[in-house]
Amino acid sequence: MGINSLYGPLDPAPDAGYPDAPPRMGFFTDTSVCIGCKACEVACKTWNAIPDDGFNLLGHSYDNTGGLSADSWRHVAFIEQPAVDALAAAGRPEPQFLGMPGTTLPGESVPAGSRTDFRWLMMSNVCKHCTHAGCLDVCPTGSLFRTEFGTVVVQEDICNGCGYCVAACPYGVIDRREDDGRAWKCTLCYDRLGDGLTPACAQACPTESIVFGELSELHARADERVAKLHADGVGSARLYGHDQDDGVGGDGAFFLLLDEPEVYGLPPDPIVTTRDLPDMWKRAGLAALAMAASVAVSFLGRRG
Amino acid sequence: MSRRGDRPMVPRAEFRSYYGQPIVRPAPWTHDIASYLFTGGLAAGSALLAAGGQLTRRPRLRRTGRVAALGAVAASGYFLVADLGRPERFLNMLRVAKPTSPMSMGTWIFSAFSGAAGVAAVAEVAPLLPASFLRRVLPPAGAVAGLGAAAVAPALATYTAVLLADTATPSWHVAYPELPFVFAGSALASGAGVGLIADPVPATRRMAVLGAALELYGAHRIETTKGILSEPYATGRAGRLLRVGRALTAAGVAGAVLGRRSRVVSALSGLSLLAASAVTRFGIFEGGMASARDPKYTVLPQRERLAGRVPDGPPPD
Repeated sequence: MGINSLYGPLDPAPDAGYPDAPPRMGFFTDTSVCIGCKACEVACKTWNAIPDDGFNLLGHSYDNTGGLSADSWRHVAFIEQPAVDALAAAGRPEPQFLGMPGTTLPGESVPAGSRTDFRWLMMSNVCKHCTHAGCLDVCPTGSLFRTEFGTVVVQEDICNGCGYCVAACPYGVIDRREDDGRAWKCTLCYDRLGDGLTPACAQACPTESIVFGELSELHARADERVAKLHADGVGSARLYGHDQDDGVGGDGAFFLLLDEPEVYGLPPDPIVTTRDLPDMWKRAGLAALAMAASVAVSFLGRRG
Repeated sequence: MSRRGDRPMVPRAEFRSYYGQPIVRPAPWTHDIASYLFTGGLAAGSALLAAGGQLTRRPRLRRTGRVAALGAVAASGYFLVADLGRPERFLNMLRVAKPTSPMSMGTWIFSAFSGAAGVAAVAEVAPLLPASFLRRVLPPAGAVAGLGAAAVAPALATYTAVLLADTATPSWHVAYPELPFVFAGSALASGAGVGLIADPVPATRRMAVLGAALELYGAHRIETTKGILSEPYATGRAGRLLRVGRALTAAGVAGAVLGRRSRVVSALSGLSLLAASAVTRFGIFEGGMASARDPKYTVLPQRERLAGRVPDGPPPD
């Protein structure tokens, strides 16, 4: 355990005791090219043999999975938004030319941002494999562990279903499976990584929205992509979870988003709960002293 | 989410979310854990009461305290195991001792306490035994164990506050400075409650007053100083429970102080303090769960924090 073991920038695998750890691996999920096909969800389910999560129609969008859960380790979020420019466009009096088949790419002659009257945001969400993982910190059995790739994995033969990790995750990712009582989440395909394979979701993604690789390379790739999008006029593009100075020390799985994180169901400023653990124990120690002192005072007083 | 008739404490703030779904996940814990918060505290308070009785030579306090501690610790063990997703694997808790996991630390605290409390309680049967080796050995063993249990008791009563606070559950985490004092006070008050029923001597009355003071002070801070994150403790089921808890605590303290001439009033005060402790623990439990179910308690405080960190506001969209 180093000085930053609970909070701050850190390379997690060496800190966890792997002296010759391979480079940290992760996901860069670029939502600007996600087409919402859910191939990642399917590939994940198939490879990891995850049971079904109920065949529900949620009624709010094309998302009928709902969110990450014990039985959904990838989740594609769908957000339908009116585009601000379109509202202004609706006020224009003259009739609109709807377009005939042309030789240019659709929308090429129109400035970015005013191409449609609404936009779909789609994002494939996944476990963040935090640098400082609350779930791993609080696990009382040692079932959750840090792999040599810097990822966080549950050992299902050890988990006794105490549920502490579920409450500790600042992203609400890890979850307890109803009928089996144990906690489950994305393993970043630990079983495939060991054999040099790409995780199932990234392998299946048809648009390279999900990119798997060495985290340092993914960071460079993401910076380039944001710069490109900004240059193309998509000012709303921003990275999420890439910053090693954020509340969880940066994520192993980070994202390029086109709106605020909470729109996608992500916390805007997550902080690993164990950052405050030393303070918590201090306060508990004070309270314990107050308790002992109260009993001493009570019994040392007048007997009368 | 509808809040059925409750008055909002703070003006409704605008926030965005994914179809109103929660962001953090509520702990998958049933009321077994809320019950354990009470019985664990009761065990700690009773063990301290017993040690006080032991050291000041009040056999009735000592005996009742030890028996209550054992009973409460047995109930705690049941609640803890029953709430696991895989109860048959409860021994996996003892695979590791992990300082970053309050539940792991708590398991060891609980194990040490229950061993000591068990020996102390069993020692109370010594006078019933025929003259024998056991009859000679049990009382001194019980004395050592009783003091051992009392030494661990404050840790048992307060670690549960760290257990709740060390989560992403917004209203539990934000309460971490005061929650241990609420739980310490609640444990003292419930131990004093046992004392008031068994042997209402001045020491138990003082313990009741001090415990109630800690509990009320801590709860008041949590309910009033945490901005929007105090709201779940003031509204809904949690709000009702905490209000009832406060009333029962006040009634218990008043009875303990004013009813010192009456065994009946003292015993009723004791019952009131016990009920107050239980209800308060359920209130704290429910408040945290409510804060995890509504995304606003995750998003708004984090937005405020971001706005404070970057004076110019978030980057332009």
